[in-house]
Amino acid sequence: MRYLPLTEADRHAMLAAIGASSVDELFRDVPPAARRSGPVEGLPGFAGELEVERQLAAMAAKNIAAGSVPSFVGCGAYRHHIPATVDYMVQRGEFLTAYTPYQPEISQGTLQVLFEFQTQVSLLTGMDVANASMYDGATACAEAVMMANRLTRRKKAILSGGLHPHYRDVTTTDAHFIGFEAVALPPAPKGGEDLVALVDADTACIVVQNPDVFGQVRDYTTLAQQCQAKGALLIVVVTEAVSLGLLTPPGEMGADIVAAEGQSLGNALNFGGPYVGLFAVKEKYVRQMPGRLCGQTVDADGRRGFVLTLSTREQHIRREKATSNICTNAGLCALAFSIHLSLLGEEGFTRLARINHAKAVQLADRLSGVKGVSVVNDSFFNEFTVTLPRAAAEVVEELAKRRILAGVPASRLFAGQLEDHLILAATETTTESDMDALTKALSEVL
Amino acid sequence: MTMNSQGRPSTPAGADSAVPETVTGNRGLQIEEALIFEQDSPGMSGVDLPAVPATPLRLGAVKPRGRVGLPGLSEPQVVRHYTRLSQKNYSIDTGLYPLGSCTMKHNPRLNEKMARLPGFGDVHPLQPVSTVQGALELMDALAHWLKTLTGMPAVTLAPAAGAHGEMAGMMAIRAALEHRGEAGRTRVLVPESAHGTNPATAAALGFSVDPIPAGPDGRVDLAAMEAKLGPDVAGIMLTNPNTCGLFERDIRAIADAIHGAGGYFYCDGANFNAIVGRVKPADLGIDAMHINLHKTFSTPHGGGGPGSGPVVFSEALAPFVPVPYVVHDANGFRLVEGAQVENGGQGTEVGRMKAFHGQMGMFVRALSYILSHGADGLWQAAGDAVLNANYVMARLQDTLSASFEGPCMHECLFDDRFLKGTGVTTLDIAKALIDEGFHPMTMYFPLVVHGALLIEPTETESKAGLDQFILALKSLAERAKEGDVAYFQGAPRLTPRRRLDETAAARKPVLRWTPASEPALAAE
Repeated sequence: MRYLPLTEADRHAMLAAIGASSVDELFRDVPPAARRSGPVEGLPGFAGELEVERQLAAMAAKNIAAGSVPSFVGCGAYRHHIPATVDYMVQRGEFLTAYTPYQPEISQGTLQVLFEFQTQVSLLTGMDVANASMYDGATACAEAVMMANRLTRRKKAILSGGLHPHYRDVTTTDAHFIGFEAVALPPAPKGGEDLVALVDADTACIVVQNPDVFGQVRDYTTLAQQCQAKGALLIVVVTEAVSLGLLTPPGEMGADIVAAEGQSLGNALNFGGPYVGLFAVKEKYVRQMPGRLCGQTVDADGRRGFVLTLSTREQHIRREKATSNICTNAGLCALAFSIHLSLLGEEGFTRLARINHAKAVQLADRLSGVKGVSVVNDSFFNEFTVTLPRAAAEVVEELAKRRILAGVPASRLFAGQLEDHLILAATETTTESDMDALTKALSEVL
Repeated sequence: MTMNSQGRPSTPAGADSAVPETVTGNRGLQIEEALIFEQDSPGMSGVDLPAVPATPLRLGAVKPRGRVGLPGLSEPQVVRHYTRLSQKNYSIDTGLYPLGSCTMKHNPRLNEKMARLPGFGDVHPLQPVSTVQGALELMDALAHWLKTLTGMPAVTLAPAAGAHGEMAGMMAIRAALEHRGEAGRTRVLVPESAHGTNPATAAALGFSVDPIPAGPDGRVDLAAMEAKLGPDVAGIMLTNPNTCGLFERDIRAIADAIHGAGGYFYCDGANFNAIVGRVKPADLGIDAMHINLHKTFSTPHGGGGPGSGPVVFSEALAPFVPVPYVVHDANGFRLVEGAQVENGGQGTEVGRMKAFHGQMGMFVRALSYILSHGADGLWQAAGDAVLNANYVMARLQDTLSASFEGPCMHECLFDDRFLKGTGVTTLDIAKALIDEGFHPMTMYFPLVVHGALLIEPTETESKAGLDQFILALKSLAERAKEGDVAYFQGAPRLTPRRRLDETAAARKPVLRWTPASEPALAAE
């Protein structure tokens, strides 16, 4: 087996040094009834690279790769062009195969990356500080709510109907099991929610999303003030990080906590994961923040260096008193995010955002010209919602047969609701011919 | 002196071996690297983008933002930045990384290649299921392997990491208790040797944590455990093999006792790599166990993630899985993903734990690893992991102080009795080991012994590599016993940075770069 360096001679010599007659003897503490005498039956034996490649490539070939067809699928995961440098750098073994940087003297690479990542996330979100990343945007959202509970000593969250339903569901799952109240409003593609009116003395936070799940962009400045005046925190969720290159950032609107998905930068679609959760807060809240943090310090020779810090919040020190049970971040995905953003720089990032927006404007205008299609949004970033004269799920299925991925039927996210609503995204990867193909196919099936 | 073809000496001449001070602060291949924010060429970009199409903005009431504050660099500058940073990291590709309980084994590059097949890497999670049948087939195939290897009837692939898996398992236990009308069971037994995530998970879910002491043999004290059982006990969270590297001999009795008391058995599977393919956890009487794909199945740790933590369930807990999950019928594969689970679900699911369908990129890597090994390869891998750990234990037990009698499983535990009276600590030994070219072992964990040194070599280390590590540790132990305290306290000396001031970092946290913080903090 190619991954195992011990030879038979090594094994014999090592057993002799141990004083055991066989490897099986080393398993003697396992109850005899549970100790197997040989490999598990009914499973295949070892395979060479070529054979494994064949098996997995056969499965991969049964999927339609989004980049191989016109694709307009978004809703929390976006297909962007990833510069070749990103994937090359993240595969350097020193990044790929390192553990959590618990030994800072030999982990300065990972640590400096995290410090730069925290700075980048702070800048993008317009917040004071950010942590070293979370599992994904949805878990970051739930952690933000629990952090608001700790900070306000209240136990109710109000979730806007514009919040991505997966984020809502992760939060309500935690609410049930961890013991707080989450009031989720019904989907509101046209907005008009009066969230502040729902804030009472037990409300810890309001959770809104920008752009919301239907693509609408919103200014939450007034909401932040009204919410905070009632002693509750405003949590702003962002599922499309590229939007932060064009829109007023949540920090400037007055958000207390930002929970975002960073996949759009540096990370491929990967059928939904792994992605990278971004988590940023006002400075005064930092000691209640979940997740790993990297901080600057000096070494014994007085040189600048970086370490994991404030770990007295974390489970390996605090055990049952920790702020969260989280033990990992999304290290390599955060690295990919960071490299992509370093390549883009100020000029590239802001231009990328404007291109995304312009593509979506073009797409919306094109679709408005298709009979039966009506654009719901009056504002958006790179994603918007239309209504169709038929069930969107059927239309999407028919277009998939023509090898066009037409978007996300709202009914897939809001089970049994909004059946005629279709959510479509455009990015810098969307071409004129993609838009032609979509509008032509839509005119034919509607 | 030998000469090369240009007539120059081919062997070094000087006797001066002192490390010189350099003008740049660089030391040969170790190059100092400024923060990316300190390398700004305003207006520069490493990505060439087309002009922005001339369309009016449609942002409603929201204003376009002002400057973000990102630095501008060209592509070669960015490549050099990250290459230099990477060279300041130790990694499993560099050498032995014997972190106990962390399982730093070789990460095959085939797995990386497979995860990047466009049919996996470039597939959107919300594409119509008719266009992702191969992705669902892969999830189903991985689920089949995990169920077969553990003997358990159900699995969820949803959790994003081991600790997230613990959450899924303990939520299932809560849901099952609620379903039975026994929500009053709120006490969870957790051995003192447990990973910190176990008590943190239980506490987060509102359980009270009741610690069980270890017996003198490093295992759960069965009598002490039985004494804690009662009508308010929800279950036990037990790591097996445990964090002392020992198999819990009484595990069947523990399972019977907890079941007899009406509770459930959550097994922390962080150390499943020791027994994979050799012991089916189902035969041990467990109800739920998470499997860290980044440990047992070698998906890369990536400097701290992403992980993936599938959980296997017994019949009793199987109805209480989170969504989504894959089902298979005559029409192919489909996903049960709604929170309400109207179509085909069982109605007892605990809900959603993360966006989309789990860490797919990790599923591909793990299945690639599993298919490469096969059942016979996994058998051999677990055997070699245990053999390597026992070899290290046997060779070091006369020098260091082994905490418990062997055989151990995949890792061996020592404590700091061998350092008594030397003035040298476990931490000092670890730092000196860094200068010898090794990543240190896990230190000061588990908490059940003093000054713990927990060594997990894994099956992907050669005997020669282990012999060199053993030699280094033996000589360091000798040096400590000789009283060379200054040598240890000054270590490491040969690293990109020496010991860092963690107290200062925590006292006045600097968590991001700002233009203002730069001059003062960067001053030499």
